[in-house]
Amino acid sequence: MSWRRLWIPLSVLPLLGLLAYGFRTDPRAVPSPLVGRPAPPFTLTLFDDGALRLDDLRGKVVVLNFWASWCYPACYEEAPVLEEGWRTYQDRGAVIVGIDIQDTEEGARRFIEQFGLTFPNGPDPRGKISIDYGVYGVPETFFIDRQGRIRAKHVGAVTAPLLRERLEALLEEPA
Amino acid sequence: MRRAVFGAAPIGLVALAVLLLVGPGLAAEVDEEEVRRIAAGLRCPVCQNLSVADSPSEMAKQMRQLIRERLAAGVRPEEVVAYFTEKYGEWILLAPKPEGFNLLVWTLPFAGLLGGLVGVLLVVRRWSRRPAPAAEAVDPAYRERIKAELDRLDGS
Repeated sequence: MSWRRLWIPLSVLPLLGLLAYGFRTDPRAVPSPLVGRPAPPFTLTLFDDGALRLDDLRGKVVVLNFWASWCYPACYEEAPVLEEGWRTYQDRGAVIVGIDIQDTEEGARRFIEQFGLTFPNGPDPRGKISIDYGVYGVPETFFIDRQGRIRAKHVGAVTAPLLRERLEALLEEPA
Repeated sequence: MRRAVFGAAPIGLVALAVLLLVGPGLAAEVDEEEVRRIAAGLRCPVCQNLSVADSPSEMAKQMRQLIRERLAAGVRPEEVVAYFTEKYGEWILLAPKPEGFNLLVWTLPFAGLLGGLVGVLLVVRRWSRRPAPAAEAVDPAYRERIKAELDRLDGS
C-alpha cells in the first residue's frame, strides 16, 4: 500500500528532471560548433578597394566582426570599441576585420563614415561568409588565434574589457 | 475564340524557340522541389520557429540560394544538410536526429500514449468487474410522491 502511494509522486520525478533540463537551456542560444576548429577561409572585397584574404593573416590574431548598419543599437555600441581596439593593437599583431552582412552598400558606407572606421571592412553580399561561419545574427564576433583557429565566439556587442582580455590572451600565445 | 486559337500558335512557337535556346542551360538547373525539401528541414537562424523554406528573410534567401548552388555543383542532398549542421550544429535541423538523448523526443510521446492506454484499460477493467450496485432503497416519501404525480399525469 505504501509503495502504491509513493508510485504517483515518484513517477513525476523524471518529468521534473526533464523540465529542469529544459528550463536551464536557453532555446535562443545557438551554440557554435566552430569554436576550436580552423577558421573557414574567405576572401573579402573591401569597401575601400582591394581584397583581404584570411589566409594572408596567418600568424596574426584576427577579430572577425559581423555587423550591419541596421543593427541598432548593438553594432553602434561596439563600433567605437572595435576602432579603438584596432588602433591600440594593430602594431602588436592583431587585425580587426569587419564583415557587413544583409545590408545595403549605402547604409554600410554611412556607418563606416559615422564611426570613422579605419580597419578593413567589406560586404558579404551573398551571405557566403556569414553562413560559412554559422552566423545567425548581428553582431557576432569571432576570435581567431595565430594558428588560424577559432578560439571564441561572442554574440552581441563587444565591450572594451572583453576585447582587451581576449586580445591580450591570444597575443601572448606564440605564433 | 478563333482569335485566341490563332493567337496561341505564335506564342507556342516563341516558347518552343526560347526553350530550344535556353534548353541546355535549363538542363543544368536544379530540382526546385529538392531545394525546397532541404530548406524545409533547416531552421532559419534569424527567425522564431520558421524553416529556411518558409522564411522571407534575407538570410533564408541566401541559404536557399546556397543550397541551389551546391546542388547545381553536384553536391548530394545529404552533404548539403551536413554542411549546415557542421556550421550551425544540430540546432539547425528542425527534426532532431533520432539518436542518443534525442531518442526521448521521438519515443516519449508514444510511450506516454501507450502508458495512458494501459491505464485506461486497467481502470475500465476494474470498473466492469465491480458488481453493479444494488438498487438503492428509495425514500418512501419520494416513492409516494412520484406515484401520485404519475397517476395525475395519466389521469389528465
